[in-house]
Amino acid sequence: MSDLTGAWSLVRFILRRERIRLSVWVAVLALVPVATANAFIGLYPTEASREALAATVASSPALTSLLGPLYSSSIGGLTVWRAGTIGAFLLALMAVLTMIRHTREEEETGRRELLGSTVLGRHAQLAAALTVTIGAGALLGLVLTVGLVGVGLPLAGAAAFGLGFTGVAVAFAGVGALAAQLTEAASTARGIAVGGAGIAFLLRMAGDSGSEGIAWISWLSPIGWFSRLRPFAGEEWWVLTLWIALGFALTLGAVAIASRRDIGAGAFPPRPGPATAGPGLSSPFGLAWRLHRGSVIGWTAGLGVLGAVYGAAGDSIAGMLEGNPQLAAIFEQMGGEQGLTDTFFSAVVGIIAIISSAYAIRAVLRLRVEEEDLRAEPVLATATPRVRWAWSHLIFGVLGPVLILAVAGALAGATYGVIIGDVAGQVPRVLGAAMVQLPAVWVLTGATMALYGLAPSRVGLSWAVLVVCLILGQLGQILQFPQWSLNLSPFSHIPFFPAENLEALPILILLGIAAALTAAGLVGFRRRDLG
Amino acid sequence: METAISVSSLVKTFGKTRALDGLDLEVATGEVHGFLGPNGAGKTTAIRVLLGLLRQDSGNVSLLGGDPWAEATELHRRLAYVPGDVMLWPNLTGGEVIDLLGRLRGGLNQAKRESLLERFDLDPTKKGRTYSKGNRQKVALVAALSSDVELLILDEPTSGLDPLMESEFRNCIEEDRAAGRTVLLASHILAEVEALCDRVSIVRKGQTVESGTLPELRHLTRTTITAELTEDPASFAATPGIHAFHLSDHRVDFEVDSDRMADVVRSLAPFGVQSLVSHPPTLEELFMRHYSDDETAA
Repeated sequence: MSDLTGAWSLVRFILRRERIRLSVWVAVLALVPVATANAFIGLYPTEASREALAATVASSPALTSLLGPLYSSSIGGLTVWRAGTIGAFLLALMAVLTMIRHTREEEETGRRELLGSTVLGRHAQLAAALTVTIGAGALLGLVLTVGLVGVGLPLAGAAAFGLGFTGVAVAFAGVGALAAQLTEAASTARGIAVGGAGIAFLLRMAGDSGSEGIAWISWLSPIGWFSRLRPFAGEEWWVLTLWIALGFALTLGAVAIASRRDIGAGAFPPRPGPATAGPGLSSPFGLAWRLHRGSVIGWTAGLGVLGAVYGAAGDSIAGMLEGNPQLAAIFEQMGGEQGLTDTFFSAVVGIIAIISSAYAIRAVLRLRVEEEDLRAEPVLATATPRVRWAWSHLIFGVLGPVLILAVAGALAGATYGVIIGDVAGQVPRVLGAAMVQLPAVWVLTGATMALYGLAPSRVGLSWAVLVVCLILGQLGQILQFPQWSLNLSPFSHIPFFPAENLEALPILILLGIAAALTAAGLVGFRRRDLG
Repeated sequence: METAISVSSLVKTFGKTRALDGLDLEVATGEVHGFLGPNGAGKTTAIRVLLGLLRQDSGNVSLLGGDPWAEATELHRRLAYVPGDVMLWPNLTGGEVIDLLGRLRGGLNQAKRESLLERFDLDPTKKGRTYSKGNRQKVALVAALSSDVELLILDEPTSGLDPLMESEFRNCIEEDRAAGRTVLLASHILAEVEALCDRVSIVRKGQTVESGTLPELRHLTRTTITAELTEDPASFAATPGIHAFHLSDHRVDFEVDSDRMADVVRSLAPFGVQSLVSHPPTLEELFMRHYSDDETAA
């Protein structure tokens, strides 16, 4: 197996580089289902209350489409429904991103070449990335099994839940491995792989939408297989072989391509580009637009689809919540107190807002990437002032979320409006609700800029800030965190518009904080050494 | 002599590392100035201070008559820079990068751009990620050389170029010198510096150890002399200013401090000189002397 020589040292090397990132992924993906199970135990103590909930879920295409089908009204079954499919999707993202980071990205930056000249087999890099990704999936499966048994759920179901997550990691490690072979650019490979995970999620969304005739579509989706494994509902263990077979087949395909191609090359040959720059490429902003446009369009399209889907679900959810006080309680914990549709949309725009904060952080972090990869230096050695260069990327962290939230909010309002026959009324309502989220998103933009300007080597902490906001917002109330800790998240201060009245003061304060953080970051950046 | 760059007692520290420890550098307007030193001597750090990318801890720095930190933007219109490590945007073509950097600087000489692309045999339609190191370097060189600026700051610009391209690069610098441009050329390719530079500064451990024209620098060091004599030169060995004296039969080899040359030749004459060969120090010897000092000091 000389093709794999050196793979073990690479595994150790990858683990060293990934020790924080992968730990956070595994911890969050394990914590959410366990905490959800624990919350259900408190919320639905009796068999009857759970069956009432299960009956409503079963009658609501929107809920099964969003979260997956419900096969059992036990605590375990409800946990699979509430946290399983969404978790499997996030895990798929983790798997493809980790794979591409340690295969194609290594090649694109030339680090692979450096390692390749040492004693390293042709497939060692791929094997090492697969080992780490699948290893993380296996660890996650183990932690989940132990955690779910720990809160009192049956072992068989807990093991199926855990192994199902491991299976998702195996399959999507294969997706990442194959995508990484196709293109020379890591960013394109990432787009293909994340798109693949998105399509898998949408397929199972269609299949789980309640019509018997199209339920088979979910079988086309490796994410759909998770609920078909039926943890806590008469486990169908053979489903595990599907993930293994898919992961194996995709990996074989990746190995086949990797054996034929040159290091650094993709399956598709690169095309030549223009010999001269177009008129748009005349300023730092023109350059930044070229670097950001693919990702801003991708995020807007992805979250736009999500908004449209949520909008389409709005009517049936509202109807169902009115007949089910317990489920209404869940949404009230996520949102406000009155007007269930409004509460639903407040919660939806809240979720979209926090996802668009991830975009904002990524956009601002591009500054650090450009600086570390020595591409900032030639630009700043021209007549480009530092602050203008910083703004050329920062602007995407400020205006990108505006575009994303506007499109997602308008589409959510439009699909909801079409269903209830009130497009003109609903578009501005939901769009407004989405726009109200912006000050909180900008606080994260500002926090990232402040870290970049004042403590550039710690700028990765901005992801920690986002994870904290996510946990506080989505789980804080279920887990009954103290109020002062919930108040740490800027999102907790956004009024639940349109469910609640619009209050100006918290919005103004958030805008002030965002502006102050951004200004501090810019001042720090203007004064500090570069590189 | 007008000065394009004037640096005195420049200090820059990174944590506990003193990257620049009292560096001095004078570059006259219109000259090609070699900036020599082993790896890690502080050349790149000094250049980054000159470009206003780093702020000095202490010392005086003046670039084209201005403060490179406070007036960075205005000064950068008048200079072009080629970094030692050229990294390009993976999805932009070489031609786009050349135009972009030229426009950001405030303009590009189109005729020069075309002729340089030809001379460096560079394909401007390839994407950044597909260029080799040498070709990335060429992109940065074409971008810098095709602008009509007063000052070129080049940080080891030929480290990835083949000999043919290196000689083309020398032609370009000769043309720029003729056009009256000032060039600061950081390098450790001695032949290049010897061929191109009017004056040279040698840095070591963040300090300037030598500065001047090549003849001046040679003057500061030892010349190697080999002579055949008719008389027994045993007593000659004690002459002041002589080093590394070797005697074999009637043949002597020794080194002379350049400032003692006249005295030494005078005192050698009585021994009946039959033949005399004298080698001035090459730049390499100059450099190696400081370099090996560096090693022994370390």
